[in-house]
Amino acid sequence: MNLAVEGVTRSVEGEVHLSEIDLVLEPGLHVVIGRTLAGKTSLLRLLAGLDRPTSGRILIDGQDSRKVPTNRRRVGFVYQQFINYPGFTVYDNIAAPLRRSGVARREIDGKVRETAEILRIEHLLDRLPAELSGGQQQRVAIARALVKEADLFLLDEPLANLDYKLREELRHELRTVFRRSACAVVYTTTEPTEALLMGGNAVVLVEGRVLQTGPVLETYRAPTSTAVAEVFSDPPMNLVAGHLTGESLSFAGLTVPCPTHMRALPKGVLTVGIRPNHLIIDPVPGLAALAGEVELSEVNGSETFVHVFAGDSSFVVECEGVHAMPVGLAVRLGVNPANLFAFSSAGDLLALPEPGTQQ
Amino acid sequence: MIQADNNRAWFLVLPVVLVVAFTAIVPLMTVVNYSVQDIFGPNTRVFVGVEWFREVIEDDRIRAAFARQFLFSFLVLLIEIPLGVAVALILPLRGWRSSLAVVAIALPLLIPFNVVGMIWQVFARPEIGLLGAGVNALGIPYNYTADPLSAWATIIVMDVWHWTPLVALLAFAGLRSISPAYYQAARIDGASRLAMFLFIELPKLRNVLTIAVLLRFMDSFMIYTEPFVVTGGGPGSSTTFLSINLVKMAVGQFDLGPAAAFSLLYFLVILLFSYIFYTILQQVANK
Amino acid sequence: MSEIRIEGLRHSYARNPTASDLWALKQVDHVWRDGGAYALLGPSGCGKTTMLNIISGLVRPSEGRIFFGQRDVTEVPTERRNIAQVFQFPVLYDTMTVRGNLAFPLRNRGVGKVERQARVEEVAAMLGLSDSLDLRAAGLGAAEKQMISLGRGLVRADVAAILFDEPLTVIDPQVKFSLRRKLKEVHERFKPTLIYVTHDQNEALTFADQVVVMYDGEVVQVGTPEDLYERPAHSFVGYFIGSPGMNFLPVQPDGERLVFPGGALALSGTVAGALPDRGALKLGIRPSAVRLSGGKDPGAIPADVIDVEVLGAYAIVELALGPTRIKARVRDGAPIPSGATGVTLPPEQTLLYSDERLIGALA
Repeated sequence: MNLAVEGVTRSVEGEVHLSEIDLVLEPGLHVVIGRTLAGKTSLLRLLAGLDRPTSGRILIDGQDSRKVPTNRRRVGFVYQQFINYPGFTVYDNIAAPLRRSGVARREIDGKVRETAEILRIEHLLDRLPAELSGGQQQRVAIARALVKEADLFLLDEPLANLDYKLREELRHELRTVFRRSACAVVYTTTEPTEALLMGGNAVVLVEGRVLQTGPVLETYRAPTSTAVAEVFSDPPMNLVAGHLTGESLSFAGLTVPCPTHMRALPKGVLTVGIRPNHLIIDPVPGLAALAGEVELSEVNGSETFVHVFAGDSSFVVECEGVHAMPVGLAVRLGVNPANLFAFSSAGDLLALPEPGTQQ
Repeated sequence: MIQADNNRAWFLVLPVVLVVAFTAIVPLMTVVNYSVQDIFGPNTRVFVGVEWFREVIEDDRIRAAFARQFLFSFLVLLIEIPLGVAVALILPLRGWRSSLAVVAIALPLLIPFNVVGMIWQVFARPEIGLLGAGVNALGIPYNYTADPLSAWATIIVMDVWHWTPLVALLAFAGLRSISPAYYQAARIDGASRLAMFLFIELPKLRNVLTIAVLLRFMDSFMIYTEPFVVTGGGPGSSTTFLSINLVKMAVGQFDLGPAAAFSLLYFLVILLFSYIFYTILQQVANK
Repeated sequence: MSEIRIEGLRHSYARNPTASDLWALKQVDHVWRDGGAYALLGPSGCGKTTMLNIISGLVRPSEGRIFFGQRDVTEVPTERRNIAQVFQFPVLYDTMTVRGNLAFPLRNRGVGKVERQARVEEVAAMLGLSDSLDLRAAGLGAAEKQMISLGRGLVRADVAAILFDEPLTVIDPQVKFSLRRKLKEVHERFKPTLIYVTHDQNEALTFADQVVVMYDGEVVQVGTPEDLYERPAHSFVGYFIGSPGMNFLPVQPDGERLVFPGGALALSGTVAGALPDRGALKLGIRPSAVRLSGGKDPGAIPADVIDVEVLGAYAIVELALGPTRIKARVRDGAPIPSGATGVTLPPEQTLLYSDERLIGALA
């Protein structure tokens, strides 16, 4: 199924949830990335046919979606909450959509077992949802959406309510499932790492607008605006005001020789973007560095996000490993100018660092 | 412009519209119809405008019945709400004792209204009733057929017996929904039992108590069967509440026009007071 | 303020616990030092909530004693234990103002008005609540509400410890930063003993100076966040901390070597002499410690790259060492080989486990 969204706006009680959305969703995986309230759920509900656009239209294989009733659209929908039929066993939960569409009993059995196997819940088929862990419950909900071989498979932050160890496991499996499936999958998330892991196409949604689309990794590497750079980077990209002269670039009280990729830029003010993983705490001598003070260090998986106040701004530094840095610790922050992004003061991308530059 | 996807959807709503029309709107319109006409026979009717309404408003018996009705509802709320909360507080919150207590408490609610009346009619008889004879034996003059005060006491005690369980059950459900963390926090803060009640339980019960007050007001304001069975509205007209008065007018005297006007006023008063109660309780909540 | 000592603690919710799985707490001895910022970390069902309830006095342990300083409080009820608690969701007195909430524990204990005022003002200023003191607590945001809950503990001079039960569950991710920072400041300023119970690794490691990891009714490690990451004392800690978790390779000793299907490592260092007679042996190594050496390193173990996940700042490379699968974490920008390559496991970061317990590093 081909899905095209043309100039779609949706507002509810005067509040704009989605604005002028144009998208083409071909079979394959599409990851919608945006913060809470960016309009991700609104977009999925429109695609599912649960809500109607205030203006614009959605085309299903070239036909206006309003002419296609919701119940004939073959859409699978997985929500953030684990939604299952509480009185049905896992087996019956998965079989439910097939029974409703009158599939033969033998065929149902085969499909239920096959789908359960893909999601590794084949040993739980006789249990009730209440007897399962959160991760297992969400697997059941996903299996139920998968089993009916939908044309369009929508997942609204399906892993957000899981512990991170479960999230880690399940997202690997989902990726495998999506790679095999031939339908259009739209997957929303707030987490850049999850988007990168899933792969496919990225749709970056900020305040109801689609700011950038493209293959996930490319979008991550080449954000076209500061808004995308902030959303599609965890922790968000550090942005500071800078000034470019012919030979040097100054920002946050630091002056460095103008890096090669910024040579062609006009002189004057600009916004400098620094990825948190490109900032180095207490770098080797020789690298430009500024003095600062630790505000807080937050552990995130195998990384530590160190918040440092330096110059007159706050920076986030992503360090590998777990480091408990005391609040108030004096540190120096270094950065290799070759890794800097340049944006105009209005937020549009001016220059990208070369990919694969060593720190 | 957005057009409806499927106009057939409206047909699905039609049955509900019809049911509501036949159960609520048509009977109500019939009453409105009676209230503005004087009907002598199938073909002779005269439009009288607000004549019946004026008559009802100026009727001293109806005014007295209104006053009596307000006093009754006021007393009933004053006793049943605190008493219901008190009962709920002493019920065991969990376990089999809790289930047993709830069933025992709920028993009066399962008895048909006229049977409740019968029970108390006999129970309170001054000569043979356990209660009536007992009270008299204590030297307190008590006779609900002769003495208005006795009649009122009987009816109020009966209503308290009949309906406090409802308040208690609602309050009990409210108490059960309070997370144990609140009690734990209060113990940590060194709160007394009274403080726990005032600062945790009472605020958390606000919503269910709003419902209890509304239900008890509406029901007590419309009370008919039980006093009818026990006192028949007497002695004199001392326990003639609005419903009893209405039935006397409509069925006893066949004054359909005034009775219809009276019904509408009765309905509007209940609506108005329910609205006032609700608004006040909500405002207290939001302040 | 005083230390909290737990001795020979065992607890079961069953009346006559016989089988070992009926014990919610199998055997716990631990000392919470005065003024420490502790996290009590573990998956659901590990016994951490039981432990919390025993400290707070909600649950009386089946066996063992609990001391606040020299005082045995095993039988003392919650209200006389001098602890404070911040719950998973905000527990407030809805009808009171912020000031009323903060003053409540003092009022109940008969603290005079002047002192009460002073304490409330001081704590409110610390928690950033000074401007909301006369607002109704019920109308505030979740973050402020949790601050008020914390404040009710901080106003009291007699509190031995403040317990937190997953306090950031209801807090928006954007606000967590300021709350986490506030907690650090509060600890720095008042130095109360803080015990933060959570199943969330990131919360625990961000908050605590010392993390107590529980697993299956037992404390499996007590250490700094760095300890847990770099030297997990139990294989569960290695799996539970870090994303992805530690790689584990079952090994067999064979003379001077440790052999696994697909390769072998030299058995060296102190562990060589400490090898237990029996028990399943495992090697554990963090994905970030695994070196992809290509063909250059002569000691490298041959491996095949089977999957690469580029995750922005780093990539996770899945490798097959014969039938054994391990993950390596490679920094953004570093070259990622494809197909056949070689893998080096640095001995100082390769840990040996026997029956899931750490014996030591290979060097």
